[in-house]
Amino acid sequence: MTTVTQPKEASEKVDLWLRMYRQMVAIRQFEAQVNELYTRALMPGLAHLYIGEEAVAVGVCEALERTDYITSTHRGHGHCLAKGASPDRMFAELLGKKAGYCKGKGGSMHIADPATGNLGANAIVCGSAGIATGAAFSSRCLGNGRVSVCFFGEGALGQGVLYEEMNLAQLFKLPVIYVCENNLYTEYTHYSETTAGDILSRAIAFGLEAASVDGQDVRAVHATAQRLVDRARRGDGPAFLLCDTYRYHGHHVGDINREYYRSKQEEHLWKTERDPIAKLGKWLVEQKLADVAALDRLQTELESEMKKAVDFAVAAPYPAVDEVGEDVYA
Amino acid sequence: MPETHLHARDDRELTFAQAIREALAEEMRRDPTVFILGEDVAEAGTPFKVLSGLLEEFGKDRVLDTPISEAGFTGLAVGAAMTGMRPVVDIMFGDFVTLTMDQMVNQAAKVHYMSGGKWRVPMVMRTTMGATRRSAAQHSQSLHAWFCHVPGLKVVLPSTPYDAKGLLKAAIRDENPVVFFEDKMMYKLKGPVPADDYIVPLGVADVKRVGEDITLVATSSMVQVALGAATLLEEVGISAEVVDPRTMWPLDERTLIESAKKTSRAIVLDEGYERYGVTAELASVIATGAFYDLDAPVKRMGAMHVPIPFSPPLEDVTVPTEQTVFEAARALCGR
Repeated sequence: MTTVTQPKEASEKVDLWLRMYRQMVAIRQFEAQVNELYTRALMPGLAHLYIGEEAVAVGVCEALERTDYITSTHRGHGHCLAKGASPDRMFAELLGKKAGYCKGKGGSMHIADPATGNLGANAIVCGSAGIATGAAFSSRCLGNGRVSVCFFGEGALGQGVLYEEMNLAQLFKLPVIYVCENNLYTEYTHYSETTAGDILSRAIAFGLEAASVDGQDVRAVHATAQRLVDRARRGDGPAFLLCDTYRYHGHHVGDINREYYRSKQEEHLWKTERDPIAKLGKWLVEQKLADVAALDRLQTELESEMKKAVDFAVAAPYPAVDEVGEDVYA
Repeated sequence: MPETHLHARDDRELTFAQAIREALAEEMRRDPTVFILGEDVAEAGTPFKVLSGLLEEFGKDRVLDTPISEAGFTGLAVGAAMTGMRPVVDIMFGDFVTLTMDQMVNQAAKVHYMSGGKWRVPMVMRTTMGATRRSAAQHSQSLHAWFCHVPGLKVVLPSTPYDAKGLLKAAIRDENPVVFFEDKMMYKLKGPVPADDYIVPLGVADVKRVGEDITLVATSSMVQVALGAATLLEEVGISAEVVDPRTMWPLDERTLIESAKKTSRAIVLDEGYERYGVTAELASVIATGAFYDLDAPVKRMGAMHVPIPFSPPLEDVTVPTEQTVFEAARALCGR
């Protein structure tokens, strides 16, 4: 029996790993184009790049169904893409175009998409902890089996509402996973200067299932997330997943000179020794599941796909001015 | 439509609190996605006993006691509203809305707009307002103006049991976040309330008393104050019209303006702080819309610009009373 199922399981796993590799590259290429749009002064406002953290969004979202819910953050492009958003409509939103996910009214920090269960990115740090918990409450009431994931950076650990929500989620046994992306910097301040005590202990104190994982290892993120999602879906209650990761770029695209808060050497080490894409790529090659040329081709392919998506967004029209008053009330 | 309560088909009277409870019970029977969330809402039925009996009928899955976490359970309600439920959040004292502000102002109010109209937040926040209960500065405020300032929210201030039932049912069926303010001093006020399933639409003002010489625009408990003042004014030969906007937003500007045009004088009464408050907006609407018909500047009367004090003689002078409104109206009419 095992000899028959093993190859099938293995091939499903291989598909998953290759899909996760592709998704991570897609996010990185998307963000590279965002940076390009900013430097070419084609993008209104700013954006917060997810480059370096791809394994967290991809590893977690691959453990979810399309109908499951996520809430995202100001650094949210990766979450939205990993949950299934289309790059062309995302770029359109980033440029304030009518074809964008929010008709241009939301922008980089507010991409929302009911079709992929994306309840919205949120520009208030920890602003969506309530929304994610509430979506899990609905799932429980409606019995639809959906799980809700709340992504947030370690900066949100300073917000009291996070603990109110974890308390409520545990009291009501809600299917919600709080995913903390510790990229080490709360804007321009190292998290050790803003975070007392132990992070995981905070969740453990509320009785949540708590786990920490190397956020640069997408296979590890996925395996742990899958376990937490499965138990939440079974009705075993909420969980907290701490992912150690790193933001390659600045707090936002304009944060170029960073040496006053972190060294170039530190950035170099993370990029060369802990890069999530390189790490998975190397492993896939070692396992003879992919060859270097194929992975390189994928990079090129996705780069050109993202450029096409940018072209679509650049050419797309702005909303008509008289739309400004629409959608205030339903 | 606005005056249907004057022609109520039966003589049944309910208190304001009973009317609220009946609206909730009817909506919960009608729609299984409606649920109540708040501190001591279940067995206790709130400290004001407004919700007594709902737990027994609907069970603890639909009448949920929460920890003392206003931001937490309000945020939960926003997410639940977005994903198929219709929460009615109970914020015991209106003063505690400060703790919910990010959830209401940055989340609930903006989700629909920021998502380009894709997500909706059909939730109601019920809370209280009103001074003179000897509860001091952190249990006596009327902070509804704060929510009126935020696009995306609707704000309701019922003044009678009839309106309370009809407006709350409309608020629960609304597709937007609605903040519903109940003056805690009015919970025992009695009035006719039909047992029917009726709605008072949001955005329709009601003329509570017809008059000729001056318009008293009043909200919530100030409607009772205005009606009392109108009786005093009658004795000195001044006929006062009392207009209740009932909802601060949407606002029935036309009814306010038409009344002021007819009487040529107006006082706006509201229990919130007068400075930068609801009275300023309503007075502006009247001053702009009825400018050529006014014989006097529009007068505003709200709460004094002080934290509500505890000591009874101090507290009593912080808000408009029948007597102060009577005197102001006489002065405005030059009689």
